[in-house]
Amino acid sequence: MSAGKTVTLNMGPQHPSTHGVLRVVLELDGERVIKATPVIGYLHTGIEKTMESKLYYKALPATDRMDYLSPMSNNLGYCLAVEKLMDIDVPEKVKWARVCLAELTRIKSHLVWLGTHALDLGAMSMLLYAFRERESIVDIYEACGGQRMMTSYIRIGGLAHELPRDFDKLVRKALKQIPQGVKDYEDLLTANEIFIRRTRDVAVISAGDAIDYSLSGPMLRGSGVNYDVRKANPYSGYENFDFQIPLGKKGDAYDRYLIRVEEIKQSLRIIQQAIDGMPEGPYRAHIPGVVLPPKEDILYKMESMIFHFKIITEGFKAPCGSVYQAVEAPKGELGFYIAGDGTNKPNRVRVRPPSFINLASLPKLVEGGLFSDVVCAIGSVDIVLGEVDR
Amino acid sequence: MNEVLKAVGNIFLKMPKGFVVTFKHLFKKPITLDYPRKKNPMTARYRGKHYLERYDDGTERCVCCGLCAAACPADAIYMEPEENEKGERRAKMYEINLLRCIFCGFCEEACPEEAIFLGQVYEFSEDNRNSFIVGKDDMLVPHPRKDNPLKRIYRRVRRVYGVTDKSK
Ligand code: SF4
Ligand code: SF4
Repeated sequence: MSAGKTVTLNMGPQHPSTHGVLRVVLELDGERVIKATPVIGYLHTGIEKTMESKLYYKALPATDRMDYLSPMSNNLGYCLAVEKLMDIDVPEKVKWARVCLAELTRIKSHLVWLGTHALDLGAMSMLLYAFRERESIVDIYEACGGQRMMTSYIRIGGLAHELPRDFDKLVRKALKQIPQGVKDYEDLLTANEIFIRRTRDVAVISAGDAIDYSLSGPMLRGSGVNYDVRKANPYSGYENFDFQIPLGKKGDAYDRYLIRVEEIKQSLRIIQQAIDGMPEGPYRAHIPGVVLPPKEDILYKMESMIFHFKIITEGFKAPCGSVYQAVEAPKGELGFYIAGDGTNKPNRVRVRPPSFINLASLPKLVEGGLFSDVVCAIGSVDIVLGEVDR
Repeated sequence: MNEVLKAVGNIFLKMPKGFVVTFKHLFKKPITLDYPRKKNPMTARYRGKHYLERYDDGTERCVCCGLCAAACPADAIYMEPEENEKGERRAKMYEINLLRCIFCGFCEEACPEEAIFLGQVYEFSEDNRNSFIVGKDDMLVPHPRKDNPLKRIYRRVRRVYGVTDKSK
């Protein structure tokens, strides 16, 4: 290839390794990437606007569909934000159950990431193994919320239903099964020279750059910056749990792999603590007029029936003012900014999507590198296009 | 040099561990399901296709109060009321557009009459759009039906209520 002559190449939107409908316009000089421009918006669904036009409780199913690999974290973020706006305190058991479910979500999201990322790099069987362990978690989802992906289980003021009666059993089963799976993954990948060659010193981002790009989650911690919302601003009772935040050194794709695998193990620890110490109590806060009364009351108690009708038809009025609530979603800091204006619908909902902000660092990761490393870089950022485009 | 040694060590000492993992799976029972022939039962709370319950005597439970339509985030439910022979209110028309429906289950939670439920059926693909608009007749459970209705309603209600059943 003669020097100075570049080729512009479209990668996506229907490229299998872009994990959805991401399009990257690449300027190539031979095998070298000169310039990379992510083009997004192919999956734009107007979720923020939809949420603004719905009652507070009705906006919840929309959050499931943002990062569809971690619905519970999205539910949790939205509910915590509304609860902060409304000044609702949820029962202790709800907090523990939420932590347990959020951590299961983290494992589930990381397993999908692990499977697809390894598949991108040529390790086909990883996908099958990772999805096998993921199955035990979607089974828990199904038992709780009734759907395997769009759970809508965490609600404003508590949970949608009581925890299923075999919740304990299912979680313990998953706790037994997942560590065996993780061991398999580590045997397959951690010391696999092919995998190391594909990921070591690829898609490097320094700690300073990571902060400048306001990255979060494993992308940020891979560069050695110790920031995790669960530790920095504990929510939903995370301060009661004992876990560590794994940190990387180099900030390359391999470090991010190690961190996500370690996060799975830490999440398992948190789930173990949560399931062992789960307190008894109601599954919803008792706040008439805001939180739906338990269904069994509706048939026998007049007031409950009236509140039920009122909440369903009119929702509840939130005070004027705005809140920001961040949670540590599997992909990074997921924040919800909600501005209430005294009516029963939010005036403004803004989501801080970790995938979107992490994706903005893609040009930095791939420029100057090899073309085939773009696949690895996109994979290691861990994006879900539903969340990027919203 | 060190790097090379490490790489060689990886290849000859550690990578075989990975091969062992793959090899072991040759002897494991497959976890996949022979899908159209075999099916996993869905859990009690599964949110599949809707159905409408009846009382034991066969009258519809639904009183066309419109609460499910009010709760529906996707605006998928449409209904018109009428009165039956006994002067009781019921739905003349009750339609759910399954193409709009997002299967959130809010209608089931909202219903004060225990009339609408999301069942276990998840295979309802069709080849034309019109058949996704299901009416009352498609959704009402048959009458008389074979299984014990009381037990059935009790079970469904219990699932929606979230009451923990210790006896089972
Ligand atoms: S299904 Fe239930 S909520 Fe809907 S109209 Fe009938 S009685 Fe009312
Ligand atoms: S399941 Fe949800 S979207 Fe579907 S009809 Fe019921 S309330 Fe509407």
